[in-house]
Amino acid sequence: MKGTNLGEFEELVLLTVAVLMDEAYSVAICDELEKTTGRVAKLGVVHAVLNRLEEKGLTKSQLGEATNVRGGKRKRFYQVTNAGREALIKSKEIRDELWGRISDLSLSGI
Amino acid sequence: MANRSPYPPKWAERFLSWYCRPELLEDLQGDLNEYFDRNLKKKGVRKARFIYVLDVLKFFRPYTIRKPEILNLLINFLMLGSYIKTSRRNLVRNKLFSGINIFGLGVSMSVGLLMIAMLVDLYSYDRFHVNHDRIYRLISRFEQNGHSNSNFFATSSLKAGTSIKESVNGVQDVALLKDGFSGDLESADKKLPIKGYWANESFFDVFSFELVQGNPATALLEPFQVVLTESSALKLFGTTQALGMEVGREDRAYVVTGVMKDPPVFSHIKFEMLGSLRSLEVINQDNPDLMKWDNIWDTWSYLLLDKDADAAKMKASLDQFSAQEDKTVQNTHIELDLQPLSDIMVGENLANQIGPTLGSTVLRIFIALTIVLLLSACFNYTNLSVARAMGRSKEVGIRKTIGAFKSQIVGQFIIESVIISLLALGFSLVLFFLIRPHFLSMEASLQHLLRLDLSPVLVFFFVAFAVFIGIAAGVIPAVSFSRINTIAAVKNMMSSPGVKGISMRKALIVFQYSISIIAITATLIIFKQYKHFIHYDLGFSTENVLNIRLQGNGADLLRNELNKLAEVQEISQSMLISGIGHYSGVSMKNPNDPLDSATVYYNTVDENYLALHQHRLLAGTNFNPKPVDSVETEVIVNQEVIKRFNIADQRVQDVVGQMVSLDGKDLVIVGVVENFEYGKANNQTGKEVVFRYANNNANYLNVKVQSQDLPATYAKMEAIWKQLDPAHPFDAKFYNQQIQDGFKGLEASVKIGGFLSLLVICISSIGLLGMVVYTTELRIKEVSIRKVMGSSEVGLLALLSRSFVNLLTVSAVIAIPATYLFFDKILLPQIPNSLPLELPEMVLGSFAVLMVALLMIGSQTLKVARTNPADVLNRE
Repeated sequence: MKGTNLGEFEELVLLTVAVLMDEAYSVAICDELEKTTGRVAKLGVVHAVLNRLEEKGLTKSQLGEATNVRGGKRKRFYQVTNAGREALIKSKEIRDELWGRISDLSLSGI
Repeated sequence: MANRSPYPPKWAERFLSWYCRPELLEDLQGDLNEYFDRNLKKKGVRKARFIYVLDVLKFFRPYTIRKPEILNLLINFLMLGSYIKTSRRNLVRNKLFSGINIFGLGVSMSVGLLMIAMLVDLYSYDRFHVNHDRIYRLISRFEQNGHSNSNFFATSSLKAGTSIKESVNGVQDVALLKDGFSGDLESADKKLPIKGYWANESFFDVFSFELVQGNPATALLEPFQVVLTESSALKLFGTTQALGMEVGREDRAYVVTGVMKDPPVFSHIKFEMLGSLRSLEVINQDNPDLMKWDNIWDTWSYLLLDKDADAAKMKASLDQFSAQEDKTVQNTHIELDLQPLSDIMVGENLANQIGPTLGSTVLRIFIALTIVLLLSACFNYTNLSVARAMGRSKEVGIRKTIGAFKSQIVGQFIIESVIISLLALGFSLVLFFLIRPHFLSMEASLQHLLRLDLSPVLVFFFVAFAVFIGIAAGVIPAVSFSRINTIAAVKNMMSSPGVKGISMRKALIVFQYSISIIAITATLIIFKQYKHFIHYDLGFSTENVLNIRLQGNGADLLRNELNKLAEVQEISQSMLISGIGHYSGVSMKNPNDPLDSATVYYNTVDENYLALHQHRLLAGTNFNPKPVDSVETEVIVNQEVIKRFNIADQRVQDVVGQMVSLDGKDLVIVGVVENFEYGKANNQTGKEVVFRYANNNANYLNVKVQSQDLPATYAKMEAIWKQLDPAHPFDAKFYNQQIQDGFKGLEASVKIGGFLSLLVICISSIGLLGMVVYTTELRIKEVSIRKVMGSSEVGLLALLSRSFVNLLTVSAVIAIPATYLFFDKILLPQIPNSLPLELPEMVLGSFAVLMVALLMIGSQTLKVARTNPADVLNRE
């Protein structure tokens, strides 16, 4: 299943990474996701997804500076790579395309 | 890091950093810390810690787990040779300790091997059936008028077996086995008793028994067909080519339609022949009971389920099925369930088993005892190794200085203990072969159940077991060695090993000795009960009485022949043997109250029986001899019957001459006998007993023998039997032997208990010896100085042994009351007629154990106390 295909939650996480820009590390991503989607984002799940995104080459990461919070441990910051951006745009295009083909009429009929 | 603020659990942190890949670790730790801090504020310390642990466990995922580091493995592998070399040197250097450890582990492992061999045997049962994982046995529970049997029976009704395929979905095929086919088979020139079952035509579809000749599809299809095993065909015809031959059974001719291989040892169903179930439809044409829904007593049904059927989900349809069939009988509910084939040998002990099984209770007790024994031996190893830390601390210190990791130190010591346990395995294998025959002969059924043969699988399990024991015994010493502080060790500043972990070591010794005392005391108590029961005064004489099972022969002919022997004093006949657990009940009406009736137990005897067994008549007379086949008119009752029915207001003299109704017959009471044990001395069933008269159709001849040479007399009788009945083997036993056989279970517990307590005592004694040797040697300098200062030998002896004696006293104080309470309050009240506990058996065992221990402590401390102080102090 590797490739540019994005799962629904993967897409959300990737978008959040893009939104948070320089502050995108695991705990912040969790918080942001909870805030915007309103559903509980478990650290374990988010962590696994971030790891997978990095494996797919959609994000890259590096360790930040050590601070005296977090027991002195450094944070890992994530950035969206070009491939990641392409995947996001592509998925948005697909959605837009589909949305565009839905006439107002048929939508209200649902 | 904020000091003194609450921190996450240490072990969870350590676990995380142990399993997590290094590149993910820091980030993960940070995240968890951040969450921990948050939860700390919101939910408090305990909750936060709990969540932390939970999260650590949740992160244990494939992508986070560290790949084993090849380099480290390689180093460990390269060092293996060195570890083995140092281990060998250490073994040789400390011969006493190695000996104690190998002996202790070996002794307890031999019992472990026995257990493994037994489990392997039991779990290999019925595996030869191709569909073994799809075969289930239909079991049933009987409930009448709201009284339910709590246990399931292994049997079910023939009705359920034959109609379940139509009524319940998911059943592919049903094999039925019905009891009652065993009997004498007649070939052209022989008549032999052969064991077997009625079986239906699907038998060979469900099971994979191998048919050598004949067609499995039709071999049991038609009435009056029989399938013989190779060995029974050989017995009957002298050849296994028996296809198409004819055999006679109970005046009917059966055609041999198949010859099959003998059932394998590891088949829970064993037989010598199978008769087609269809024959029963002809024989029992007008027997309405055969197909009754509540006749659940003698048919075993084995279901072959569909490939996609789920046995767990079939219970509902089984309940539906039985609810529907319950309507055909009154006030009775039969609950059905499925039991997997693999569960039959090791599962719950059901009543009405088709053959002997061990049952989960016995298995669990045996496993528990073995584990206690193994633990005891492992404790020895742990104890002694930790105590020796001093001797090895320098070695560990130097290894660490050179650059050994903790893990490598642990590895080294674990390898050492694995080597010891492998050596112990060799020793225990020898023991295993020595005790195997004794173990198997302990119970007659064990020989048929188990083989305990060495197979590659078994050898694999043995080695794996030894490695496991080695690791289990070695892990605590290994870890404690790896923690040794390098600088302190090298600078010789180690605290005395007597100080560290001393309470743990004391606790282990107390544990071992408590177990030893409990084991030996329990064995003594059971032994005393056993003696008590086999010499129990049953209320009649059993001395020199030989009971011969007639096996269908007429009594008269044999009696006349036996009477010719000079050694035979008297002969009587009886339907059953009292006092060994045979029961036969009959309904008796209360003469005072027409509405009341109760079951009384009975034995049918002839006029010689009461005199021969010296039953005491309280009133009236013995039976009057009558011709064969005369109408039954007389009965002799015991005191309990009079009490139960209040006959003649319990005046014994007036009871004689009263009429009672028994089994629908009106009988006159001609005599009253004193109460006696009808069933078994440890069973309360069968208090009200009557004797009925019959001088034919007896099952046993009771022969009173007076002889100097009993075996010769026995042989003479056997010769007479052979002439009269060549088909059946002579089956005769002395009464006292039969009583003893009735308590085989107790006898076996005494043997096992005795053996195990011997082992436990052995192991704890040598463990103690090791500890004493070690601690006294450590104190040798102190002893010498004390001696120089003028201490007496007796004083030194007391000084050195005091702490050990205290430990032993503590063990006795724990163990004796525990054993007493268990037997006095829990076990013995459940056994009727048991002997109350007495002081001797309570303290004798502990006394013996303590004497052995004191002997060992004494001999060692005396040796140290006697050393010349000059020799020791000169060394400085």
